[in-house]
Amino acid sequence: MSLTPVIGIITKDLRVFWSDRRAVIMAFAMPITIASFFGFIFQGRSSDDEVAKIPILLVDHDGSRISTAILDGVKADKNLAVRSLPLEQARDSVRRGNDTVAVVIPPGFGAAAGRAFFRGAAKPQLDFLYDPSRAMELAMVRGVMTQHVMEAVSKEMFSGQGSQAIIDDTLRQLDSPSTTMPEDEQRSLRDMLTSIQRFNALNRIGATASGAPGATGGGGLSMPFEMHEEAVMARQNASYNGFAHSFAGMGLQFMLFAAINMGIDILTERQKGIWKRLRSVPLSKFTLLGSKIASGSIISSLVLLVSFAFSIIVWHVRIDGSKAGFVGVAIASALMAASYGLLIAALGKTPNAARGASVLATLMMVMLGGAWVPTFVFPAWLQRVTVVVPTRWAVDGFDAMSWRGLGFGAAVMPMLVLLGFAVAFSVLAVWRFRWEE
Amino acid sequence: MLEAVSLRKSFGTLVAVDDVSLRLENGETLGLLGPNGAGKTTTVSILCGLTTPDRGTVSIDGQPLGGDTSPGKRKIGLVPQDLALYEELSARDNLQFFGALYGLAGAELEAALASSLALVGLADRAKDRVKVFSGGMKRRLNLAAGLLHNPDILLLDEPTVGVDPQSRNAIFDNLEQLKSRGKALLYTTHYMEEAQRLADRIVIIDHGKVIASDTVAGLTHGGGTLESVFLHLTGRSLRD
Repeated sequence: MSLTPVIGIITKDLRVFWSDRRAVIMAFAMPITIASFFGFIFQGRSSDDEVAKIPILLVDHDGSRISTAILDGVKADKNLAVRSLPLEQARDSVRRGNDTVAVVIPPGFGAAAGRAFFRGAAKPQLDFLYDPSRAMELAMVRGVMTQHVMEAVSKEMFSGQGSQAIIDDTLRQLDSPSTTMPEDEQRSLRDMLTSIQRFNALNRIGATASGAPGATGGGGLSMPFEMHEEAVMARQNASYNGFAHSFAGMGLQFMLFAAINMGIDILTERQKGIWKRLRSVPLSKFTLLGSKIASGSIISSLVLLVSFAFSIIVWHVRIDGSKAGFVGVAIASALMAASYGLLIAALGKTPNAARGASVLATLMMVMLGGAWVPTFVFPAWLQRVTVVVPTRWAVDGFDAMSWRGLGFGAAVMPMLVLLGFAVAFSVLAVWRFRWEE
Repeated sequence: MLEAVSLRKSFGTLVAVDDVSLRLENGETLGLLGPNGAGKTTTVSILCGLTTPDRGTVSIDGQPLGGDTSPGKRKIGLVPQDLALYEELSARDNLQFFGALYGLAGAELEAALASSLALVGLADRAKDRVKVFSGGMKRRLNLAAGLLHNPDILLLDEPTVGVDPQSRNAIFDNLEQLKSRGKALLYTTHYMEEAQRLADRIVIIDHGKVIASDTVAGLTHGGGTLESVFLHLTGRSLRD
């Protein structure tokens, strides 16, 4: 078979593609713009970046040493940006979305927390007024508050000025005939409280001797560990580059859009009678459709190539994994996209009708494939379901070959699955293609 | 030489072509006339291999036409009723593409391009995009695209629709020139004066059937014009 017709079809399709300068610029500029935006959002935190703090409000209706200590601890926390406001203003600020959570410390919280610390009964309540659209941050704030409340209460109980009264009160409760605590537990708690009394007395003597008025020494519970964070990346000391994922996702989306255009062009060719002329030529269906897939793959690859080139030059994205694997995933994605375009041409009735339906299908596909937001934010069942979407494999393949820095082996399965989709789409397209006019 | 024998094609319950037979010799122009929906375009589609008939055969120089890659298709040049061109490309790019489909490349393609463009009078507009062409220029380019591979048989489906008298005359001149080179032309039209001027023989088709086949003189020997004969044979009721 002569390759001249195949080259002719590919050359013509590329000429048609390049002939509309505005469309070409859009095809390349759009993925770059959107991917850059998403890249900023999902950039993650690199070592030299300022930490994004969660804005919270504290409403202290207690004013005790414990609530003051909580406030001090929370204000010093690197994860939170804390302000104090009256209750109604705090509620209004959360409702307006200016702050994520308002934590309300009620009157008597410190004393009640101290009592509950030893006996576990009549626990006081901290109120969290939160923005329902930021429930994920609420969970973080709850965790951070737990740490600071525990630290403040335990410190006060083991060494604070108010601890003596609370321990005396608790001992009196234990001696009361109304106590329901088993005898052996009462004995143990009494021993512990007496020991704390002695410990606190020694602390006060030491503080008086050192001349520091009001000093109570250390004490209290504290986090018994420090955390060291290390992003597991391809290279030591490399930081996660969110642009790698966003450019893979948007590159893929616009590859599919290029494929939609290819399918629409075929329908337009049919509408304009050009397809009659193509079919009157002694060429096989395989040659005609195969050439279309080839030209569609080239155009799709160009869209991806330009997007990634931009991300590499401007956003310093690196292909830290197998370069061959990256090329393999790109080619398999391009073939999948082109065969998808052919399927659109086969199933579509008119260019306009096909455009609407195929754009919707494409957006669903890229959304479920994790091209917009990574699939790990999906519910577990959805993460499992999305393996039937080809874009999921493409995005995972690009991630593996770029920022995850994995070897060629990690590209094999995505490539095979994408090629499988390409074959399935092509077979379906050939089967459903209207050959006769 | 093209020969069609007992062609039949139906779409569901509609019989578009019913037992149509015709013969086209080299150097001959055959006018295929019929009202709207008579089956002309379906017949042309079958003759060039776009549509597979339910029954009947098409042969070119004695070889049956069948299958997508049938060598006989190379002897046919189709000029469809639609302006089957890429408006965003230049005339030259369009012709390069259609030539490449027939395997033309290099000097052979260049010669074919030059000759086709010269024939239709568009040599000096070769680099212009088709979208800036007038309707007549597009029609002429549409004709040139069907001639690039130097086919023996040219199937022209209403090639002068929507063009001004000047372009129509130019197309007639082109076709007469092609005929003088020994090409066989099958020409479908609604314009009786075109058929009268160009056709050696006329086949009138209606409701998918051939209802008359003769020379213009043979059809009009009883008196009247070709149009009056046509209306007499096909009736005066409006067709959709």
